[in-house]
Amino acid sequence: MRNQILLSRRDLLKSGGALIVGFTLGLPSRTPAQQAPAPAVSGGRGNAAPPPPEVDSFIVIKADGSVTLLTSHVDIGTGIAAAYCQIAAEELGIPIERFTITEGDTAITPDHGGTGGSSGIPRGGADIRFAAATARQALLELGAKQLNRPASELTITGGEVRPANGGQGVSVASLIGGKRFSMKVSASAPLKTPSTYTVVGKPVLRTEVPGKCTGKHVYLQDFTLPGMLHARVIRPPSFGAKLLSVDDSSIRAIPDVRVVRIESFLGIVAKDEWAAIRAAREIKTTWSESQGLPGSDGFERVMRTAPAQPDLQVVNRGDAAAALPSGAKQLSATYYWPFQSHASLGPSCSVVDYKESGITTIWSSTQGAFGQRATLSRVFGIPQAKLRVIYMDGSGSYGTNGANDADADALLLSRAVGAPVRVQWTRQDELAWDPKGPAQLLDMRGGVDANGNIVAWDVHMWLPSGPGGDRALLGPDSAGMAQNHGQGAGLMTLNADPPYTAPNVRVIAHNLKDTPLRLSNLRAPGKIANVFAAEGFADEMAAAAGMDAVAFRRRGLTDPRAIAVLDRAAQMIGWQTRSAPNPRAAQGNALIGRGIAYMRYKQNENYVACAMEVAVDRRTGRIAVRRVTCAHDCGLIINPDGLRNQVEGNIMQTLSRTLHEEVKFDRSKVTTVDWDSYPLLRFPEAPAIEVALIDHPDQPPYGAGEAAAAPVPAALANAIFDATGVRLRTVPFRPEELRTALSKA
Amino acid sequence: MATYKFRVNGNPATVDSWDPEQPLLYVLRNSLGLHGAKFGCGLGQCGACTVLVDGKAVRSCLTPVKQVAGRAVTTLEGLGTPEKPDVVQAAFIAEQASQCGYCTNGMIMTAKALLAQTPHPTLEQVKTGMAGNLCRCGTHTRILNAVMRVAKA
Ligand code: FES
Ligand code: FES
Repeated sequence: MRNQILLSRRDLLKSGGALIVGFTLGLPSRTPAQQAPAPAVSGGRGNAAPPPPEVDSFIVIKADGSVTLLTSHVDIGTGIAAAYCQIAAEELGIPIERFTITEGDTAITPDHGGTGGSSGIPRGGADIRFAAATARQALLELGAKQLNRPASELTITGGEVRPANGGQGVSVASLIGGKRFSMKVSASAPLKTPSTYTVVGKPVLRTEVPGKCTGKHVYLQDFTLPGMLHARVIRPPSFGAKLLSVDDSSIRAIPDVRVVRIESFLGIVAKDEWAAIRAAREIKTTWSESQGLPGSDGFERVMRTAPAQPDLQVVNRGDAAAALPSGAKQLSATYYWPFQSHASLGPSCSVVDYKESGITTIWSSTQGAFGQRATLSRVFGIPQAKLRVIYMDGSGSYGTNGANDADADALLLSRAVGAPVRVQWTRQDELAWDPKGPAQLLDMRGGVDANGNIVAWDVHMWLPSGPGGDRALLGPDSAGMAQNHGQGAGLMTLNADPPYTAPNVRVIAHNLKDTPLRLSNLRAPGKIANVFAAEGFADEMAAAAGMDAVAFRRRGLTDPRAIAVLDRAAQMIGWQTRSAPNPRAAQGNALIGRGIAYMRYKQNENYVACAMEVAVDRRTGRIAVRRVTCAHDCGLIINPDGLRNQVEGNIMQTLSRTLHEEVKFDRSKVTTVDWDSYPLLRFPEAPAIEVALIDHPDQPPYGAGEAAAAPVPAALANAIFDATGVRLRTVPFRPEELRTALSKA
Repeated sequence: MATYKFRVNGNPATVDSWDPEQPLLYVLRNSLGLHGAKFGCGLGQCGACTVLVDGKAVRSCLTPVKQVAGRAVTTLEGLGTPEKPDVVQAAFIAEQASQCGYCTNGMIMTAKALLAQTPHPTLEQVKTGMAGNLCRCGTHTRILNAVMRVAKA
């Protein structure tokens, strides 16, 4: 169950729980033989080895036997909360119904990293598991004293410590309820063997879903405080424009509004939300002009020539350049991925209660409460101890959307007016101003021999980029506050090398010195574009070698887990073997084809293969995805239903990104600012999706928030090629491009 | 400040609004504390704010409060509770047809109106009927399964 009540320190203490504040985690690594990922040093921001965390910082067992888990990872619709409860319930032997979870509160949860990079299960989950396993040992010891039996003869089931071979037990609540464990998490606490699992691996219903379906789940957007004022921020009409003048008299007719101006930061604060909205729409302002952007049309050409940081050699194996001419077939192709928006369905929101002396509280849907507290502290010059960031569910974010910026807006405004302020971004704010998933350009060159062996693979990729460090927050930028302007977008360069046997591979990344739009991580950052290029290009090689797409891939794979997902996805789609585009495709005007793509996420995590069947209307170029199959192996599965939901979501969302999405901008601003100009996939386009989950209880679990996204664009492009003989290498796939190509054919 | 009277979830409601053009969405959320309907775009483009007015699905972000005077408004809260969900809500819960759930209100309310009109729609009819509702999480498969679960019952 998810906590909908905002806990205070006192609430937890009242129930005897413990509060360990503001430390970083780190445990000695476990040996591989123990077959569990070591708890991560994920929250650590310093260099010194941090002390091991306290069990009490993760787990609170109350007098009534209920359990609260505490974590800095957040759910935001991913289902991670349910999975954590399963993991802890399994190790502790306490029924899952007794669990609640509190996420991302800098005053009461441990800092073991934020949500991102599919780290929630492998890292965050491992931390929870070790804390629970340590607690289990402590409970067995306590039970041993109580029952006068050696701990080795005891077990915990149903929330009771009892002899393994039967007999009277004692409840966990009576042993520890309302008290602290007062011990460090032990990296050597014995873990349950996966073969004995009864909770992990079983589908668990997410307990917040009934609330979400009945209006009871309190989203950040729904959160109110007594005396809270509503606010809107008026962003500049062009990037970097300066506010020249504000005509307050233009909104005089609207009741109870205040205009807050801090240099070029302009906000409206009002008692009534509708008054704030109308005032923000109607206020007359003048701004300086700014024309600093290159424009999105032709941005791929800009990227090739823009100043770049020193080349980054991502992969260099054998001698790709020298081996190129030795391929019987030499190929080259250019792939392009555009800037995309997180495009959260609910625009970002934040509620801040600023206290001049005392603790300022920020209710936020940030994916990393502790990181956000640190950033706000630096930017606003408020000590971290005087800031409390409390996560609440917002609309799905899939990376860093506008949430962190909205916090800064609300903090600026709450400080200015001396009252709690709720900032709600508009639709236009979110699509124009959320930091974007970067554009990406890939030049692929390769050689393949007559037997379908990849003899050379050479990639140059170009990426908008910038300095490291914190991302600049919009409000403080407008307000003229000094801050970092970091442009991290998250492991952008992985997965451009083929997952197949290839002796000569080189991948070079050209990170540009600058970016026209602010960047951030957006689901499967970089990997999504790289796999699009790599798996599209592998398909081109298969065709050049005159081989069937599955046969070509299979021949380059040795890992049985890789082969298993490839075969499974192919089998589910009813793969028809052929070495050239579908010869007798037409059903009326529909050209029918099938395609496949495979990848191993980050080259060392999930194995995923995705296959599709598409129909292309030969007159219009319209693409209809009819069926998608996906075989997914992320090692040990925690919650199969939650996992399936993530995989389905990854596939559907990526179809949307591939078919429709491109952030466009002119010389001064983003121009795709509503759902007409930045369209998403709609129900009539939604294909049937079949997912096969391949469980490996003996293997470590990987996160599944991103991996299944990565093979989708290539599988679609490959299916379109099979249907039409036309290869699409630029996202989004435009019907016009297909239509033109088909009319020439 | 004008006063508007209408029914909300079966009960009479009286609200004041300084602006007759104020959209129903803000009246529901701020004056009546009903947060089921969500702000997604304010442009009539996403469906997150859908409520029923006299049984028809409308976009509350574009419906001025003056237009609902004397009418009957039903919100997500008016259908059922976690303990006693209505049949569409129960189907969404059973199918776990929600990720972030920000679109869920609109999906359920639109499906409700659709099913009232066409109790046993085909899958294609459901897809067409829900075409105006966006989901960013890609929960489409489950949402369709949930609506079809009711359609086939
Ligand atoms: S909020 Fe009303 S349609 Fe989007
Ligand atoms: S479940 Fe997140 S938008 Fe639909």
